[in-house]
Amino acid sequence: MKRAFPILGVLTAVLLSYGLYEALVAAPTEQTMGDVQRIFYYHVPSAWTAFLLFTVNFVASVVYLIRRSVKADIIALVTAEVGVVFCTVVLVTGPIWARPVWGIWWTWDVRLTSTLVLWLIYVSYLFLRRFSSSGQTPLMAAVLAIFGALDVPLVYFSIRFFRTQHPQPVIGGEGSIDPKMLHALLINWAGFLCLAWLVCWSRYRLELLQREVEQTEALEALLDSRRSR
Amino acid sequence: MSAITNIARASLSKDLRLEWRSKDAINSMLFFALLVVVIFSFSFDPTAEESRRIAGGLVWVAFLFAAVVALNQTWARELRNQVLDAYRVSPAPANALFLAKALGNFIFVMVLEAFMTPLFIVFYNLRALGPAYQLLIVAGLGTWALVVNGTFFAAMSLRTRSREIMMPLLLFPISIPALLAMVQGTTAILTADFSAKFWIVLLTAYDVVFTTACLLLFDAVLNAE
Amino acid sequence: MNHVSHAAATPVIVINDLVKQFDRFAALRGVSADFAAGRLYAIVGENGAGKTTLLRLLAGLTQPTRGTISMLGTTDLRSICRQVGYMAHPSLLYDEMGGMENLRYFARLYGIQDDEHCTRTIATVGLDPTLSRPVGQYSQGMRQRMSLARAMIHNPEILLLDEPFSNVDNPSAGQMTHLLTELRDAGKTIFVVTHQASQLEHAADEFVHMEAGLITRRTRELMPTETP
Repeated sequence: MKRAFPILGVLTAVLLSYGLYEALVAAPTEQTMGDVQRIFYYHVPSAWTAFLLFTVNFVASVVYLIRRSVKADIIALVTAEVGVVFCTVVLVTGPIWARPVWGIWWTWDVRLTSTLVLWLIYVSYLFLRRFSSSGQTPLMAAVLAIFGALDVPLVYFSIRFFRTQHPQPVIGGEGSIDPKMLHALLINWAGFLCLAWLVCWSRYRLELLQREVEQTEALEALLDSRRSR
Repeated sequence: MSAITNIARASLSKDLRLEWRSKDAINSMLFFALLVVVIFSFSFDPTAEESRRIAGGLVWVAFLFAAVVALNQTWARELRNQVLDAYRVSPAPANALFLAKALGNFIFVMVLEAFMTPLFIVFYNLRALGPAYQLLIVAGLGTWALVVNGTFFAAMSLRTRSREIMMPLLLFPISIPALLAMVQGTTAILTADFSAKFWIVLLTAYDVVFTTACLLLFDAVLNAE
Repeated sequence: MNHVSHAAATPVIVINDLVKQFDRFAALRGVSADFAAGRLYAIVGENGAGKTTLLRLLAGLTQPTRGTISMLGTTDLRSICRQVGYMAHPSLLYDEMGGMENLRYFARLYGIQDDEHCTRTIATVGLDPTLSRPVGQYSQGMRQRMSLARAMIHNPEILLLDEPFSNVDNPSAGQMTHLLTELRDAGKTIFVVTHQASQLEHAADEFVHMEAGLITRRTRELMPTETP
């Protein structure tokens, strides 16, 4: 286990560097949008990674509700934090891409808007974790995660229907993709997944250690006063 | 099952009775609602043509504003003397209490909306070009969507710091699809530019999903330490 | 010092190595005890000794960090909640409603629809059932007695009372004590957490002394040093 971590670190570095090269140099320039389109290789994998992390958060939350497992709670916390970071990347790269290409910062397109709502839900989740009193935080957070997961399909369908009535440019394009572009995309996604795993793992270990420290301190407090009586 | 309806009925009638007796909350809320409508009318002063297109959004934002203030009061009476402890040690099912509180909030917010709507009609010269009865359906479904989650999150906020901001902070993101549906549905009926049917279906789905989730999970939230 | 041996009959409550921690603060540090049925236990000790925490754990309002509680033969406290009545220092009543109205509502929570029963219970605690004054305007003695009525409305076998005599006038306190002895004589098990141990000097079967989250000793009589 301990050896896997540095290996993962190296793998991440390799994939991200290769991905960088692929995205900026090797992949062909897009026809209509030009080089600006290359942000696509960061925008899309961030989105996929964020969605994956939030899915893991949902599963961990359900496990916590059923089994009250501390590990499940930590996994939920960790994936939410890292997921929000990747989600932020999506929301920042989206407008950066849209502005030069379509002349507008924001388009309320389906995917970007759904991502925004997901981001809002998970930021509120993080606020709940921070503001609730420590005894119930895991339970409340798990319940909120479930509410969020139930909301996701409703968000998607409502915005999609809204968009069919008020069509606007779609960021990210549709239709088929050039195989060399797909290659760059997948390399970057692999790199992002490894990065996400790396960060989550570190954060998990940190949180686990922190809780163990608190447990030990509490136990010491318990024994200390027993001894002094 | 009958235990749930009996206790829900007893709780709801108690809340309505107490509200009717003091009329404190309803009076202050009605005045607050009036203020909201007036301020909105100052801030957005459209022509008759425009107003029909934006009224849906305006009206629902105003309703949302008023609803949040009302929802934050949901558990105020129970908190005063730790009454929730008495509830928790009793065999009464938690979701009976939830149902009573959600229904009470629903009635309260609907009263506010019934009060604000004619005012909006007056200030904005509104007239529905589409089937007006559908407005009632949208109002009912939409209000329930806000109230059911709002009551639930108000309970979750009881054990957090900054209780009063926590409830809307949790409620708003989750309510976005419902808010979109309420606004679009209302606009559809006012302008008759498109059909409100999809939005009514979406609101119904939203209400069913979240009412079920709230009823199932309220026990865990109430009895969390 | 008289030490009381463990209950001879089947104990109604068995606590095993009960620990309750709030973050770094350990309110209970490993309490083990048996309690027999039909006795009135006075739980005494300084502030912060863990008395209220113990009572709340018995009521099922909070979960132990470690250890077990077995009540009436089961560790699932929710399942026997009909047999348990709880009274705390806040009144657990609605200030805006009268006494009878409050009781009627709380009785409903236990499935009791009978108004007569509520009237009788209020009379038992020495209050007037026809009094329409809102509970918020009661004196502390009246309020505590009404709260006791609420705790007893469903005729539970076990009563858990947290500081019932706090800020209560002497006549009310005496009345409550008398009522508690009657209930104990009728076979109920009663736990009273109190600072005013002298109030129960002649009523309690046993004094459970707590200090810093542990039970230090159990005595049949109140020690002279404890008399406040």
